[in-house]
Amino acid sequence: MSVRSTVVSQFEQVAAEQDRKLAPLTDDLPLTDTGLDSLCFAIVVDRLQDALGVDPFSDAEEASLPTTVGGFIRLYEDAAE
Amino acid sequence: MPRSDSGSLWSALSASGGLSGRSIRGADASVVLGDLESGTSLGGALEDLRGRSVLLVVSGQLAAALAIIELDGVARRIVLCTPDLASKYLPAVMAAAEVDAVVSDHARPDPETPPVPCFATGGTRLTPLASPRGGGLETEWVLLTSGTTGMPKLVVHTLATLAGPAREGRMAAEPVVWSTFYDIRRYGGMQILLRALLGGTSLVLSHAGEAMADFLDRAGACGVTHILGTPTHWWLALTNSVGSRLAPRYVRLSGEIVEQAILDRLRATFPDAALVHAFASTEAGVGFEVHDGLAGFPADVVGRRGSSVEIKVEDGSLRLRSARIAFRYLGPGVEPLAGPDGFVDTRDLVELRGDRYYFVGRRDGVINVGGQKIHPEEVEAVINAHPRVRMSRVRARKNPITGAIVVAELVLNEEPAPAVQARALKDEILQLCRSSLPRHKVPTSVTFVPSLAVTAGGKIDRNA
Repeated sequence: MSVRSTVVSQFEQVAAEQDRKLAPLTDDLPLTDTGLDSLCFAIVVDRLQDALGVDPFSDAEEASLPTTVGGFIRLYEDAAE
Repeated sequence: MPRSDSGSLWSALSASGGLSGRSIRGADASVVLGDLESGTSLGGALEDLRGRSVLLVVSGQLAAALAIIELDGVARRIVLCTPDLASKYLPAVMAAAEVDAVVSDHARPDPETPPVPCFATGGTRLTPLASPRGGGLETEWVLLTSGTTGMPKLVVHTLATLAGPAREGRMAAEPVVWSTFYDIRRYGGMQILLRALLGGTSLVLSHAGEAMADFLDRAGACGVTHILGTPTHWWLALTNSVGSRLAPRYVRLSGEIVEQAILDRLRATFPDAALVHAFASTEAGVGFEVHDGLAGFPADVVGRRGSSVEIKVEDGSLRLRSARIAFRYLGPGVEPLAGPDGFVDTRDLVELRGDRYYFVGRRDGVINVGGQKIHPEEVEAVINAHPRVRMSRVRARKNPITGAIVVAELVLNEEPAPAVQARALKDEILQLCRSSLPRHKVPTSVTFVPSLAVTAGGKIDRNA
């Protein structure tokens, strides 16, 4: 499974578990408009660490943190290289 | 306080010799240490900074290292800002440290920063030094602890307290090039800066924002032989094929609990390297090093006599006393750094198993999920209500978004049979938690384990 599809499936799974309505995901959708809150993202990042073996958030500078779905996926694609 | 010139970092560096063949290399620039004999990174400002309390707020590590070398013995105090320090804390940090000079990357003072009488620009390009270097002051080095939230603590050291462990290091027979994943403005990274400067070697510095793979390639190309990182750094390095990029002779870990798994992975990756993990804190300094490649540390480290660091365990936490501990915290209303007996309580909990101590966590056991406090016991009570659960333990797992998340381990009354049933049982237990707890207290993962440790008092051992 590609990094992109792994990330997207975690978004969907966590949204379902947390009873959140997930917006249709596009690359330029701001993370704040996805329907996921900070706890959801915490869980997504935790699961992705298990799934991909990387935790790019712990090492990222504040300025380089993603603000969109596409940026989020890219952060993981870069880290998983 | 005045002291002889021989005590400054520059004079110790000069005495370590071979400056023309040694360098500090950053990502974009490097400086040959010998060029500091007649050059300065601070423009013409060095003498203006004499006797002042200097806030060093530069982004790059190389510029920071050069300024530190030049200012020790000259400034009254150097406040070492880490690049991630939130600017909202700067006024309070400056007030607490009585800052009256700023060294920054910029050509002009930042309008957001409180004005000071003296401003200088630091950098990585050297210009001719107007007059020979003179020290004379015992400079205070102020390190900021990376607190999880709120105002950082300002911890006062001097070159003498910081350099103790570095001076204990043995000289290697073959040439050494040091590096570290840490920033040199944190205690761990500072130890490596001083090892390189005082130990007669070169140093390769990482750069904020530099990809791990790029840094590893650069360090490999510079011939790095000795390198320090936290277990997290090393895991990241391992995921970036560190074994094919770097061939260190000495691999050091500190700053977090060092688990056996990371030691084993590093041993497999670097079969011929010395593998060392150290315990240190900004306040207490370097406590001890472990050389046997095993997690934890030998029990005889505690209470050992005649060693430069005295170590004891009291109320379960590790306490250190030595000439390496910091002097005090700066600022209004700060608590004493050490107890009346001179020992610093590190608040790191240890447990004796056989003839070794192991780190088990921090004294402050409450789990903090994005600012919300959780007592593990209340979540366990809910889980334990499920008929198939024998016992459970709830704990925090570190998380970059919320600081921590809650995870649960539990022991079942009997083994779940196939994986499908195990999945269904986990869902059932999570559903139970969701129906009786607020969202942030619901474990984000549930793991079945064969057993959980119990204390002599018959309670779940949270520190096991």
